[in-house]
Amino acid sequence: MLPLIRTEIVEKKRWVTSEDFLTGIAVSQSIPGSIAINTAVFVGNKVAGIPGALSAAFGAILPSFTAIVLVAVFFLRFRELTVVQNFMRGATPAIVALLAAAVLDVGKSALKGFTVIIITAALFLLLIYFHLHPVFALLISAALGLLLGRRR
Amino acid sequence: MFFQLLLTFAKIGVFAFGGGSATIPLIQNEIVNGLHWLSAKEFLELIAIAELTPGPIAVNSATFVGYKLAGVGGAIVATLGVCLPSIILVLIAMLLLQKFAANIWTDKIVRGLRPAVVALIAAAAYSIAAEGISDIKGIIIAVVGFSVLMTHKLNPILVLVLAGVAGIIVYL
Repeated sequence: MLPLIRTEIVEKKRWVTSEDFLTGIAVSQSIPGSIAINTAVFVGNKVAGIPGALSAAFGAILPSFTAIVLVAVFFLRFRELTVVQNFMRGATPAIVALLAAAVLDVGKSALKGFTVIIITAALFLLLIYFHLHPVFALLISAALGLLLGRRR
Repeated sequence: MFFQLLLTFAKIGVFAFGGGSATIPLIQNEIVNGLHWLSAKEFLELIAIAELTPGPIAVNSATFVGYKLAGVGGAIVATLGVCLPSIILVLIAMLLLQKFAANIWTDKIVRGLRPAVVALIAAAAYSIAAEGISDIKGIIIAVVGFSVLMTHKLNPILVLVLAGVAGIIVYL
């Protein structure tokens, strides 16, 4: 996704410099929400202020919005069909596979050090067995990051 | 209804750290357990559709839930709700960035969030497995899907579609 945005914004349109684009990515990653939309807001604001930011966000959201509404129209009409139900029964285990792969993928780069792995495991168990609210998982994790984050 | 959609998804938007999948437990918490807008089964369908369609999971979920509950107007309001917090936060961050580099502090928080992001994705995998894998066929699809994803750089959407087609065949 990011190389695609970069080619379009930095090389073709020359809206922002390569350096500004990197700052934009850094800002986008440290803020909740999708990186694509956040980067759009960053670039839009750089180029044309708040109206630019809003237009860029609108542009980033519109394609998937349209796609979901179209899918929803058809899905909600045909969801009772056996074919659709069985498609979902097959797709659901694959989502589990997708998420498990994401855990390994993100985990490999994000979880370095014993403490971090223990924190992750503890949060997982709290989420599963004690129904810890997901927001608390984020808050606890961020607080521990501030307390224990000595590196750099 | 519209106002509650806006508010609920704005709440989800504020905590949508780490891209898409880490938001799944929060969406489940709000939409299924809290407000009972969707049943457990409808939630699985929501995630499948959100993952099958290009675009961020949180935004896709908002659009779908909004549409399901209140038509196109609902879809617009919910999508707006989930996107507004991050739009506002990016603009604020850009203002602050010009005045001082708040990098060290935010960097620690962002690094600190990583364990939670991984734990949340793992928790999403666990609860979807508990709800959505009920027999040996499902286990096989999950294991094959996982092996394929780990060994080949296949497009996730393609893997989901193939698994769905496999579902049509094996559950016939």
